[in-house]
Amino acid sequence: MATVDPDFSAAEAKEARRARLFTRINKADAWFKVLGLSFITPILKAIAGDNPRAQMKEIWMLLGVPLMSILIFLMVWANLAPKVQTSLGAIPGPSQVWEQVINLHEDAQRTSAKRDAFYERQEERNAKLEAEGKSDKVKWRTFTGKPTYYDQIWTSIKTVFFGFLLATIVAVPLGIAAGLSPVANAAINPMIQIFKPVSPLAWLPIVTMVVSALYTTNDGLFTKSFLNSAITVTLCSLWPTLINTALGVASIDKDLVNVSKVLKMNTYTKITKLVLPSALPLIFTGLRLSLGVGWMVLIAAEMLAQNPGLGKFVWDEFQNGSSQSLAKIMVAVFTIGIIGFLLDRLMYAIQSMFTFSNNR
Amino acid sequence: MAAPATAEMLDVEKDELTFGFIKLTDMAPLAVAYENGYFEDEGLFVTLEAQANWKVLLDGVIDGQLDGAHMLAGQPLAATIGFGTEAHIITPFSMDLNGNGITVSNEIWDKMKPHVAKMDDGRPQHPISASALKPVVEEYAAEGKPFNMGMVFPVSTHNYELRYWLAAGGLHPGFYSAENITGQIGADVLLSVTPPPQMPATMEAGTIYGYCVGEPWNQQAVFKGIGVPVITDYELWKNNPEKVFGITAEFAEEYPNTTVAITKALIRAAIWLDENDNANRPEAVEILSRSEYVGADYEVIANSMTGTFEYEKGDKREVPDFNVFFRYNATYPFYSDAVWYLTQMRRWGQITEAKPDSWFDEVAKSVYKPEIYLEAARHLVEEGLANEADFPWDSDGYKAPTPAADIIDGIPYDGKAPNAYLDSLPIGLKGEQTVVGNEVQG
Repeated sequence: MATVDPDFSAAEAKEARRARLFTRINKADAWFKVLGLSFITPILKAIAGDNPRAQMKEIWMLLGVPLMSILIFLMVWANLAPKVQTSLGAIPGPSQVWEQVINLHEDAQRTSAKRDAFYERQEERNAKLEAEGKSDKVKWRTFTGKPTYYDQIWTSIKTVFFGFLLATIVAVPLGIAAGLSPVANAAINPMIQIFKPVSPLAWLPIVTMVVSALYTTNDGLFTKSFLNSAITVTLCSLWPTLINTALGVASIDKDLVNVSKVLKMNTYTKITKLVLPSALPLIFTGLRLSLGVGWMVLIAAEMLAQNPGLGKFVWDEFQNGSSQSLAKIMVAVFTIGIIGFLLDRLMYAIQSMFTFSNNR
Repeated sequence: MAAPATAEMLDVEKDELTFGFIKLTDMAPLAVAYENGYFEDEGLFVTLEAQANWKVLLDGVIDGQLDGAHMLAGQPLAATIGFGTEAHIITPFSMDLNGNGITVSNEIWDKMKPHVAKMDDGRPQHPISASALKPVVEEYAAEGKPFNMGMVFPVSTHNYELRYWLAAGGLHPGFYSAENITGQIGADVLLSVTPPPQMPATMEAGTIYGYCVGEPWNQQAVFKGIGVPVITDYELWKNNPEKVFGITAEFAEEYPNTTVAITKALIRAAIWLDENDNANRPEAVEILSRSEYVGADYEVIANSMTGTFEYEKGDKREVPDFNVFFRYNATYPFYSDAVWYLTQMRRWGQITEAKPDSWFDEVAKSVYKPEIYLEAARHLVEEGLANEADFPWDSDGYKAPTPAADIIDGIPYDGKAPNAYLDSLPIGLKGEQTVVGNEVQG
């Protein structure tokens, strides 16, 4: 039939728009997955009008089930916690922990008010000195109050990244060497086997002594406690990266290796153009594991050595033994968990930016 | 807060300082000097850092991570004579008098109770001697079980006080020797080291049956219902010296004005803590209960800080001098206080060989620095922040001998005659005696 349907082109355009919309949603889905928000995709699809029934099932699996499980967890916790009587009172339930979240936040605000007052007093003092013509006595000093909860979190994050960076700098080249050369591999392997299982708590005293001996200045770029924590993290977290890098490099496609021989590539080109790109997925897997290990190790190191950070916060609260201590420690536990999860997501996101597929 | 003085500020050589402390109520002068702005008045920018235990704290001061710290009186002395870590540490400021207690677990208390004299109202009569503990220890010994108790550090006041109490009650706490530094040679009661905040938890776990520690960790045991303090150190020895503020000798030499300025701020804090009959104590308790300082609950800290002490739950008694921060010249670093600690180190074999009286005097003078203290006090008097009459300007550094009535075993103490004092104590090394292997010789 040759009848021209006036609605036809409109419907076609609509169909095309819909197709474009779905392509976009599918593209965005990759990012939602990276961010751990994959439940958004079916919601968007359902809104866009794609088979609501199928989407509902997806939403239920991705959003409903996890929410339900969290809810059940909270209920079980709230019911069981008061039944365990410790010497510090009953184990706190979710609501007491939430109270402490608010408490810690308000505490941080009070400290920042104190900080402002400190700087105000300093301004006044210095202005007075200026007015009296004693400019040489003017001093600007940073606030010396206690770190807030947010400061502690930030300190821990900085430390873990510094330690992780050091670990990466050491582990990736060593791993490449071990992967490329069987001799290097044989040489490095015993070290990996022996040092990999060593607990951070055993490294810490050694690291502390060595850092104290070598880093004698007290006003250098880093504080000793920062270096102690960071280097302990390095020592414990470099192994997964090292092992995975070596594995990744060693298992490069033989064809690719032959190509490099045919092209007479020099070592540098071979590593940058061929080895690294091929081994990247495994290297990233190693890095993700390393960062996770590093985060766990850091908290332990901070607890033992009383180095600033979340670990010290936990230990201080344990020592305080006040009626709020347990709830505050639980706040820290959740913070540590959530940050650990975010760090892993971050590495996963970087990984998906740099690598195209998992087996190339 | 008193307005900063009109007088010229001291020209401090180092103005950014970090001080360490242990979570105990007797760190109060540091917290108060910080919170009330006394450090800032002296142009000092101080960071206060809680330390995990006394060892970490001492190491921090020695290697310079900490500029100074709240210390056990025995620490600067032991470090200077080289028992444990060796370093020359001095003190210009004594932090307080009294403030400790000895606590036993509920189970031990139940066994002790039949041996304790009762008052008319049925409550136990204080002070309680360790002779009430003796039958319990013997019972354990008969069953072949060791009797363990905790103290906070080998050279701590608490170690010496617990030993003093046990020995006064006829129980031997054990000797140290050059080869064996566990301090358990020939002991009826085995003492071991546990950091103060962990004491209640360690006792609860059954590792130790009792302990000697500073506040709030005795009141915490009452509060948690896991133990009973049997005696405070005030009843053991009225107004005994306790913590000191320690710095290295190099620090004092390199930064003399800073040292005086710190001492000034601390004296002001001590005055504030005792002012008007402890009127500021509730405020001090509030400061201490913050998580960055002691962090225990307000009620627990207030129990002992405001002039009372709760023995058994509900048995709260007046002990107005439980914590003394300024009166009775509490902050003046008396040589005789140092000598007492040295006698106890000798008594239990930490100082392995006999020393002449002159040696005790020399060591005391190399560690305790009343001259710095008096200089700081002079500045404060001139600035109108302290009373002339409150300081012992003409003291030769030795307190009048402590009379027999002020000490639990009725043995008087005279800091000028340490060897005669050692000879008068029934349990402990005296004269030329030394510990060889498991034997006392000489």
